[in-house]
Amino acid sequence: MMKRTLLIAAAMIGLAAPAFAAGSEAPPMLKWSFSGPFGTFDRAQIQRGFKVYREVCSSCHSLNYIAFRNLAQPGGPEFSEAQVKALAAEYKIQDGPNDAGDMFERPGRPADHFPAPFPNENAAAAANGGKAPPDLSLMAKARTYERGFPWFILDVFRQYAENGPDYLHAVLTGYHEAPAGFQVPTGGHYNAYFPGNIIAMPKPLSDGQVEYPKDESGKPQAPETVDQYSRDVTAFLMWTAEPHLEARKRLGFQAMLFLIVLSGLLYFTKKKVWAKADEASA
Amino acid sequence: MSQHSSTYVPKSAFAKWFESRLPIASLVHSSFIAYPVPRNINYFWTFGAILSFMLVSQILTGVFLAMYYTPHASLAFQSVEHIMRDVNFGWLIRYLHANGASMFFVAVYIHIFRGLYYGSYKAPREILWILGVIIYGLMMATAFMGYVLPWGQMSFWGATVITNILAAIPVVGDTIQSLLWGGYSVGNPTLNRFFSIHYLLPFMIVGVVILHVWALHVPGQNNPTGVPIKSSKDALPFTPYATIKDIFATAVFLIFFAWWVFYLPNYLGHADNYVPANPAVTPAHIVPEWYFLPFYAILRAIPDKLGGVIAMFASIAVLAFLPWLDTSKVRSTSYRPLYKQFFWILAADTLLLGWLGAKPPEGWYVIVSQIATAYYFIHFLIILPVLGFIERPLPLPNSILEAVTASKKGGSGIPAGANAEPNSKG
Repeated sequence: MMKRTLLIAAAMIGLAAPAFAAGSEAPPMLKWSFSGPFGTFDRAQIQRGFKVYREVCSSCHSLNYIAFRNLAQPGGPEFSEAQVKALAAEYKIQDGPNDAGDMFERPGRPADHFPAPFPNENAAAAANGGKAPPDLSLMAKARTYERGFPWFILDVFRQYAENGPDYLHAVLTGYHEAPAGFQVPTGGHYNAYFPGNIIAMPKPLSDGQVEYPKDESGKPQAPETVDQYSRDVTAFLMWTAEPHLEARKRLGFQAMLFLIVLSGLLYFTKKKVWAKADEASA
Repeated sequence: MSQHSSTYVPKSAFAKWFESRLPIASLVHSSFIAYPVPRNINYFWTFGAILSFMLVSQILTGVFLAMYYTPHASLAFQSVEHIMRDVNFGWLIRYLHANGASMFFVAVYIHIFRGLYYGSYKAPREILWILGVIIYGLMMATAFMGYVLPWGQMSFWGATVITNILAAIPVVGDTIQSLLWGGYSVGNPTLNRFFSIHYLLPFMIVGVVILHVWALHVPGQNNPTGVPIKSSKDALPFTPYATIKDIFATAVFLIFFAWWVFYLPNYLGHADNYVPANPAVTPAHIVPEWYFLPFYAILRAIPDKLGGVIAMFASIAVLAFLPWLDTSKVRSTSYRPLYKQFFWILAADTLLLGWLGAKPPEGWYVIVSQIATAYYFIHFLIILPVLGFIERPLPLPNSILEAVTASKKGGSGIPAGANAEPNSKG
């Protein structure tokens, strides 16, 4: 009997083995302000995250689906209209053709989208070792990691939908020394969470790299560390991926309340109607 | 739609005038008001109404999405993001539509397994059942083409894998493939025609659903005992009894639907589909939507390409032959002690196949898929025909009313509630 149990256990490990074969660790699950049924974005956090994107990520990664005006929309970083106008004006946007048929550059307007760092994908690839850095607009929804059984079932009940953000934060903080004996090819970098552990992107963030706004006592609003930068920029990218997340969860609560009350009323109506049928059969 | 003669009497002068020219009011009256339903049908019988609701919901949300969607290889992805970001409540309509497809399949699987459990496919409901299998096939085609439309990575590669499968069909395979592609690979013409067909098929589903309801209303509904209606005491008028129960069940189903739409809108999709389609980059795992996974597992379980395709189509087509494969005269599994066990083994086998469909086709997964696939066919082709001859069914109640009153008195019989496993003590 014991032997048989062991055999079954061995078979199950055999089944599970391919899941670990990829070699990357499962990202730690963080607490996000936007998780759960009442989640909202932390304005200060996604404003800081935007600063990280702008000062670090934007030198290689585009943010094609985001217009400057989005930064002032409700449910986002909620910069003021004036701030957005001033910010847009700092960018040079190519426009045209004008009446003479020429393309020209003008200062950005809130309706403009963020200009991409490279004119096209080939230029981006050529400047980055052969592979274009992906657009970040949807990154928080375009990446995930495997949860496996039984977690993927439990996730439905606890509303775990932050696989993407957890993965992004893990990759941004996952640049460690390669374990002894692990060969990292030239142009590659070891990352504990990236599938296959070799990532083309060099470690993008380091402590103290981005200056955060100061509070009254002159201390930064949040620690200027790789971990905090990663959290903030990930939260910002969750907003760029799902700009109506707050409206969605708010409407969801109203819809749920309505449907639960409606179902309750319908239940009693049904009971009353069927009482007549039961009398007839009794 | 009903053989039962209508008791509808037009009251106003206009109604009389109209009725003598187009008797649609009496048709509706006889089909959805006076139509007799067995008084013991449980909540599994509300999924027909839930499915009708989902079909209408999918068509409505789809029509609105089509107002903003652009079926072009270089614009489709962007137009979906435009809907998500800039169209008022576009995110809601799109999430309703995308998750609605999954909810449609959740409901249809419950509906199908209810039919399997209570023997709803047996005479005189064979045509009703086969029409159902046709609807299911149309649903799968619609869902597959719909998933291609956002033109993300999984859209593109899913379309590539499935259209390549069709090429394995002898003689006509290549022609079918190039007709679907509109060229030499999946590309802009493919997207165009998939959009066109995706918009067409739901209306064909509506047509077959009308036939399905018609074919239902001729013999009338089956019920948890499988014993037909014998006297008027066994039945209740559709309205108000079934109507209110269906509306209540639909409202509860909507709570389930809303949970996904508002809180887990991307859980049932793939992260890869938020990456624009790129013919030069293959995703690490090409996995279909969850509702296709058991069939995908069957396809990959067979080492031969054509064999896999045949097995996959056969696994669906075999359902159409159920009325003749099941040799037992007893409809309801509640009175079939042996079949009941095999029913649950089949349910577990399908879930296992679904899980395997999501796994890479390597190592143990392949062997387990092959065993599970073999069992799937053994169930339908061997177990089901043989059981009818060797099984000793439990005694059936004399009438529906008898079963209902027996269960009311706390004795044996079938509880009329939403009980997943009906009492089988006899």
